[in-house]
Amino acid sequence: MKRLSQTIRDLWRDPMGRIGMLGILLVIVIAILAPMVAPFGPDKMVALPKAPPSAEHWFGTDYYGRDVFSRILYGARVSLEVGIIAVGIGATAGYVLGLIAGYFEGWVDRIIMCIMDILFAFPSILLAIFISAVLGRGIGPTMVAIGIVNIPVFCRTVRAAVISAKGLEYVQNAKSVGVKTGALLIRHISPNVVAPFTVQATLALSSAILTEASMSFLGLGIQPPDPSWGSMLSEARSIMEQAPWTAVFPALFIIVTILLFNILGDALRDVLDPKLKT
Amino acid sequence: MKNYAIRRILQLIPVLFGISVLIFAVMKMVPGDVISGILGIEATPELRAQLAAKYGLDRPYVVQYLDWIGGVLRGDFGESIRTSAPILPEILTRFQVTAELTILAAVISWFIAIPLGVLAAVKRNTLVDRFVRVFALLGVSVPGFALSILLILVLSLAFNYFPPLGYVSLFEDPLRNLQMMILPSAILGVSISGSVMRMTRSSVLEVLRQDFIKTVRAKGASERVAIFKHALRNALIPIITLVGMQIGSLLGGAVIVEQIFSLPGLGQMTLTGINQRDYPVVQGCVLFIAFVYVLVNLITDLLYAYIDPRISYD
Repeated sequence: MKRLSQTIRDLWRDPMGRIGMLGILLVIVIAILAPMVAPFGPDKMVALPKAPPSAEHWFGTDYYGRDVFSRILYGARVSLEVGIIAVGIGATAGYVLGLIAGYFEGWVDRIIMCIMDILFAFPSILLAIFISAVLGRGIGPTMVAIGIVNIPVFCRTVRAAVISAKGLEYVQNAKSVGVKTGALLIRHISPNVVAPFTVQATLALSSAILTEASMSFLGLGIQPPDPSWGSMLSEARSIMEQAPWTAVFPALFIIVTILLFNILGDALRDVLDPKLKT
Repeated sequence: MKNYAIRRILQLIPVLFGISVLIFAVMKMVPGDVISGILGIEATPELRAQLAAKYGLDRPYVVQYLDWIGGVLRGDFGESIRTSAPILPEILTRFQVTAELTILAAVISWFIAIPLGVLAAVKRNTLVDRFVRVFALLGVSVPGFALSILLILVLSLAFNYFPPLGYVSLFEDPLRNLQMMILPSAILGVSISGSVMRMTRSSVLEVLRQDFIKTVRAKGASERVAIFKHALRNALIPIITLVGMQIGSLLGGAVIVEQIFSLPGLGQMTLTGINQRDYPVVQGCVLFIAFVYVLVNLITDLLYAYIDPRISYD
């Protein structure tokens, strides 16, 4: 807890860290408060189709006359929800597998890493699309597909940290005085994994949001009526010359959100691992 | 080096085997069997059995897998259940488009990223460095499809320019082909240039700190010689490893960009296969892309081992 507040303080001192934290906080607030702050429901046809931005409809309306601003606010909810749960799935599985592979090494390690190499042998978006062919479309399957794609990168990060932590003197001492494997892993080795794991999680969030948007853009991720920035952009393609606002705003929100997560990830890496700072 | 190459190639065998098993298993898990996909759910059991026998789907999974992988090893990827056309020739034709897109994008990204990365390292902590870093961050963060849509929008609204439709092969009409490929390649190239730029910057900075550069400078060599003749040559070595990883992003990115620009590449073939539930096609395309990716990574690793004499792999 003390370490967490210190990290937040260090991040706050870094201008980029401050921008990242405040920006993401804003996106989270938007996502949570969407039903209260959005002027209209995400699926309600509230005006003429393709109406330009006005005082009533800040970002205009889409092909079906739905309020683009409201849909973007609800879309933030979907993006974050999918991103957080997908990374949660990938991080948890990757953490456990990485801990086991790094600690036990030998054949257990070889089998786990071979499976990870196989998963790594696919371009990530292709693997996500491929898995979603089995799981189906919609929020749940998309989360699981992106979660599976994220497992190898977490597993590798954790495994590397565990292997280097295992050689540390205090870990060796703890082992020699008879600390049990479980306690050794959780109490003594895990704290060494926190820094690279946290940085990885932040960066994975941005790539999960990006993968969800890409899948939804291709029509394989979130399905109507759930609003997603990716599917909004896809729907806007056919009408964007007549109604550019339908494409510009979702695109900007995708870009800015991913940018904020990357800014925070970079700042976090500098704070937690100053050796990497150039 | 020779031993390393042999070991590295041998290591690939379980990975390639695993990839093929994974793809086969995933395709078998797809809800809604192939037969219902072709005949519809109301087909008679006799008709279903006939079709199952035709495609060999009535045999045990292990036999089906061995049959499929045996065919793949002989260059027979099976045939599409929609068009009955053999899959491999179609994959090879479409791969030309994806390969051209990927190679062009990679070259564009190096042309943008390497000079800017070097510049940022040499002018560290100046306005130029900051500009390059912001550009790199944007490059890493802007998804290819969002950039494509925004660019098409700007070009069409401001310049009344629309990307040409209808694909023409490089061998038929090189100029028209280039006209078509340049915009998608540039978008793909820009979207991956951020990571190359970052890598180049940190790699050059790392080399510039080393003693041999101090010696070069102490001997009176100009800054240009120190940077371009000595630092850059060494700094480029780790960047090569990035190329392997980049190919993955590029192949993935190509799936989306091909869709936006209506390019008949492998990505588009995969997506059409998924949407039409043409599973042999999806199976073949995904296997082919994964093999290409693994092969490029192998070549990158071997190249890395070959050009960096400091590393011993034996």
